[in-house]
Amino acid sequence: MAAVRVEAVLAAAEEQEAEKRRSVTVEKELELEYDLGNLLAVDRNPPPAAALRGAGPRREALLQALARDNTQLLVSRLWELPAERAGGAGGPLVAQLPEPTFRLPREKPPPKPRPPTRWEQFARLKGIRRKKTSLVWDEQAKEWRRRWGYRRAGGDPSRAWLAEVPAGADPEEDQFARLRREKRERVARNELNRLRNLARAHRAGSAVPAAPLHPTGHQDRDELRRVARVARVSTASLGRFQPRLPKEPAEPPSRSGGKKRRFEPLLGNLAAERSRQLELLRDMGSKKPVLDVTRAVNKQLRQEEAEAAAANKGKKQSKRGKRGRRQQRPGRSGKKSGARRQPQQQKPAGGGTGG
Amino acid sequence: LLICYRKPKTKRAKRFLEKREPKLNENTKNAMLIKGGNANLTVTEVLKDIYAVKKPFAVLYKRKNITRPFEDQTSLEFFSKKSDCSLFLFGSHNKKRPNNLIIGRMFDYHVLDMIELGVEKFVSLKDIKNSKCPEGTKPMLIFAGDVFDVNEEYRRLKSLLIDFFRGPTVPSIRLAGLEYVLHFTAVDGKIYMRSYKVLLKKSGCKIPRIELEEMGPSLDLVMRRTHLASDDLYKLSLKQPKGLKPKKKKNISHDVFGTTYGRIHMQKQDLSKLQTRKMKGLKKRPAEKSAEDGGVTPKKSKSA
Repeated sequence: MAAVRVEAVLAAAEEQEAEKRRSVTVEKELELEYDLGNLLAVDRNPPPAAALRGAGPRREALLQALARDNTQLLVSRLWELPAERAGGAGGPLVAQLPEPTFRLPREKPPPKPRPPTRWEQFARLKGIRRKKTSLVWDEQAKEWRRRWGYRRAGGDPSRAWLAEVPAGADPEEDQFARLRREKRERVARNELNRLRNLARAHRAGSAVPAAPLHPTGHQDRDELRRVARVARVSTASLGRFQPRLPKEPAEPPSRSGGKKRRFEPLLGNLAAERSRQLELLRDMGSKKPVLDVTRAVNKQLRQEEAEAAAANKGKKQSKRGKRGRRQQRPGRSGKKSGARRQPQQQKPAGGGTGG
Repeated sequence: LLICYRKPKTKRAKRFLEKREPKLNENTKNAMLIKGGNANLTVTEVLKDIYAVKKPFAVLYKRKNITRPFEDQTSLEFFSKKSDCSLFLFGSHNKKRPNNLIIGRMFDYHVLDMIELGVEKFVSLKDIKNSKCPEGTKPMLIFAGDVFDVNEEYRRLKSLLIDFFRGPTVPSIRLAGLEYVLHFTAVDGKIYMRSYKVLLKKSGCKIPRIELEEMGPSLDLVMRRTHLASDDLYKLSLKQPKGLKPKKKKNISHDVFGTTYGRIHMQKQDLSKLQTRKMKGLKKRPAEKSAEDGGVTPKKSKSA
């Protein structure tokens, strides 16, 4: 008897649960696709077309019923997300949304990293790092002030009422005018360098165009001219017979004269030909591998520079040290210029043997 | 480019420019709602209602602008650049195309996609006398109908509508605040857009029962002309920068049942130097010892 009772109780409990669940379950032929990050649900089931054709309140009721079912499914999914009470025990229930999965196009293209400026390249090569703090202790004001800018440490330089005449200067010279003039020159030089860096960055960016051969609407005249020239020259006859617009200037004579390969004249420089052939024979006949002096020297220089940079990393870069290194250069540059002079002779030789 | 030659002189200008430059994680897309040269009352009401739904990420232009987006897109691009909006909704009306709405989006201030929709029936926010949900609620979006996946134009329209009505991307959401749902049904060449206010009723279990109340603007739309971006331009716009991809943790794998496996890479062990002494577990127990010695126990048991 007891067993039957227990079974009956369990069955009743299950039915109650099912009854409760029935109010929130929805039967659908095809499962919906959810993107919870966007609060999005996509229902692939074909809606009852015949029923929706007739206008009026019946259609509205049907649409509302469909919407209710779909919303119920979406909300059940959202309620299953990990949730917590924000702001303590009594706060609202907040669910953690996952990342949106539906791919939408961006508003703007992704940002391109800007190329390093001339100073940044130099600093990277030498291993120089920024070690000056932007705050300095000001004794007069007894607090930390900026090194430059608004309310700087030494007071406003434009209101300086005392200007010392430096040791070797002309006593009649107006020091205030000199300070003002130097400031103007500094500002102008900085502005010039900034514009140069910008121009370099712009040129560097456009020298590697990703897919510029179709018009993007953003290209300026030079880019378009370059692209048009590439298009014209990419024919079998290297653009020699391409029609031009009435006022377009004629193509400047190309270095290779429209030919695809370049050959040295047969009878010309006898001495050069002789030396070229002898060098070739020597290189072919020698047992030892040929040493390219220029490459070896350049490699050595690079290595030394990198070592110096690594050694000076973290050490104080005193001006004397820089000047000292600069003085060493003339001795070295003799070797460098000597080494670099050779390629100009070697190139036509290489071209000759290649041709 | 001329812009970047001039450095901003104030912090405010610098912030303004920084807001508009391309970023890794982008801002929420703004929409501009424009009236054409001959916009009628219906179309104006539609624009006003959509503006109310999309506040504060929308701008409604009050004056009429005499342009034809399908012929000439330069004025739209100019507006987009000035107001930094990448979505637009242009309303106009003429005899050939009555109650016309052109919905579109931009990529890099150039028109990416444009779809022309005709409004056949419109019920405005103020015509339905029900309580409305607060401004700026993130809506739930539901698309019903298999046409949205089969037809290429409908697929782009779905993407456009999601982009338009999505709202800001949030990491978490208050469950009781899910009040607004936009339901799009595509049937028979028509698209029915309905907006409902969601009422969460008590049900026996944790998940509440949903009841809907018709609230906001309801539109019956029919698709007219389209101007979709070419495939490669669309692919270019979908490209996400590498920094956004979540970093994969190496040496962790999951199997079908949800078990997580980890891989540990060990160095080569010198087995001769393996520690086998002073390990209590490996000590010989008296029982083992006696088995070895053949039953002779060396220890004498203490007698009490």
